[in-house]
Amino acid sequence: MTAPLLDARLVVDRGAFRLDLPLRIDAGEVVALLGPNGAGKSTALRALAGLQPLTAGHIVVDGVDLDRPGHGRWVPSERRRVGVVFQDYLLFPHLNARDNVAFGPRRQGLDRRAARERATGWLERVGLAGYARRKPGQLSGGQAQRVALARALAVHPRVLLLDEPLAALDARTRLDTRAQLHRHLAAHDGAALLVTHDPLDAVALADRLVIVEDGRLVQEGDAAAVTARPRTDYVARLVGLNLHRGHADGHRVRLADGVTLHSTDRVDGDAFVVFPPAAVALHPHRPEGSPGNTWPATVAGVHRHGDYLRVQLTGALDVAADVTASAVARWTLEPGQQVWAAVEASETRAYPA
Amino acid sequence: MTILRHPSTGRRGPRRRVPAALLLPAALGLLLLVLPLVGLLLRTPWASLPQRLTAPGVLTALRLSVQCATLATLLCLALGVPLAWLLARVEFPGRRAVRALVTVPLVLPPVVGGLALLLVFGRRGLLGGWLDETFGVTLPFTTTGVVLAEAFVAMPFLVIAVEGALRAADIRYEEAAATLGAGRLTTFTRVTLPLVAPGVAAGAVLCWARALGEFGATITFAGNYPGRTQTMPLAVYLALETDLDAAIVLSLILLAVSVAILAGLRDRWLGSP
Repeated sequence: MTAPLLDARLVVDRGAFRLDLPLRIDAGEVVALLGPNGAGKSTALRALAGLQPLTAGHIVVDGVDLDRPGHGRWVPSERRRVGVVFQDYLLFPHLNARDNVAFGPRRQGLDRRAARERATGWLERVGLAGYARRKPGQLSGGQAQRVALARALAVHPRVLLLDEPLAALDARTRLDTRAQLHRHLAAHDGAALLVTHDPLDAVALADRLVIVEDGRLVQEGDAAAVTARPRTDYVARLVGLNLHRGHADGHRVRLADGVTLHSTDRVDGDAFVVFPPAAVALHPHRPEGSPGNTWPATVAGVHRHGDYLRVQLTGALDVAADVTASAVARWTLEPGQQVWAAVEASETRAYPA
Repeated sequence: MTILRHPSTGRRGPRRRVPAALLLPAALGLLLLVLPLVGLLLRTPWASLPQRLTAPGVLTALRLSVQCATLATLLCLALGVPLAWLLARVEFPGRRAVRALVTVPLVLPPVVGGLALLLVFGRRGLLGGWLDETFGVTLPFTTTGVVLAEAFVAMPFLVIAVEGALRAADIRYEEAAATLGAGRLTTFTRVTLPLVAPGVAAGAVLCWARALGEFGATITFAGNYPGRTQTMPLAVYLALETDLDAAIVLSLILLAVSVAILAGLRDRWLGSP
């Protein structure tokens, strides 16, 4: 097994908050760092970029220590060969697009002409050849994003860091820009880390997801593995599943709140059970002869999503149910109403916690 | 296309009454600032103005004033901008004390400043004797002395303006420059300085205006030698004792130069709303 291009354990203490995140990225790999606001994603990115020193741990790129407080090793930002696309791009407002992109190559020792040539090449690659002389203020959001990407790539970084690169764009620009970004990330031969709170961006752009909550790594894996087996409420909500934790004994999982769910999956010991909201059926009375799981519930809220209703249930279990409007046309669903919920055992997935 | 306008945004919207308790002192304040200038204009001997303007000594004093104020401003820029950067960007022990020290010349009576300069750079002063013996450089009662005195008094204006601009500037641009391989000095010259250029320009204008009007420190440290250290304010003061009309004309020139500079730069740099 070869060593990964980037090997890090990012430990940063900031008051009561502590980030402690192991992170390994191979050459050519794109990793999405996903998490709610305040989880420590940006702190991790700043630590990798050299804008935030580590409290402990290490950052190693290509076998070279960039930050290792235990040994007093520290390489400042400007000598790290790390490219950053900042959330609001931070294009230098006094320089035009070309000179923004040429800024990095100039610092690497290229003369003005060579740096501008390289910058022009990168602007062509991101499809902005005609915009070289525009100032950042004269660029649209999507164009500015592409200039920022070109500026970061023009220094041939070993590690490319992207901080919410699509967050500032409107929905339409976002789709185009995401497709473009995907192309450039695929062509990048170094490691790439994408910080985002949008699961769609993460799944579309990254080979692997790293999910961080409250400074801790909570789950890691490719998109299929993470979406099939979420391990925290945050991840479950992100991928749109109901998640419950309990103790399994074969096909039966006894949940903490006393309800027992049946699953066709077989597990023993501490386990998670997940099922999609669409698998939950609602009945006005206890369903007769149902082979699956049934339990009484109270309606907490009803929201319309297109042609189905998202019903939030409380009671023994907090569960989201998606029912078609026609299925509940005969009775009006209101908060406070008592209903019976049912889920087929075959619709649930159970796996060890 | 018809644009519907909310009454409060239209010109005919309800006007809010300005309370007299605020309006009266505001008007008096304005009067206090403007009335002396009006007095100056009213008393100007317009008929003899052309020949007075060309009188020997007037142009000499004006040229010397502008030259010295400009040199003092350049000196303040060369020293004050790095000082402002240090205060705004580098954590060092005693930073608060240094910032307080920088502002001392603002509150110090200029005459005291001139005396202090004399004690340091005078022929028997702390550094003056050494400068004289080693380099043969004498500062008091020279044109260089005028520049030094003006810089001493005017530097705080520049440092405060630039430091404020640096603190207000988005430091993340400097971080972006660092990730692109720029060291601290390159970041300062290529990114920070262009970003705060309006603040530097505003500070330089204030600095220049203060230097142009400098009197107390100059007369104490550099004396009052026509053609060498006699700047316009000194000439005004001297003329006041012998020829009131000449003093008025000199004052008028000084006023015109100041207003012209301020008006020329105000819209571009002083951030008028």
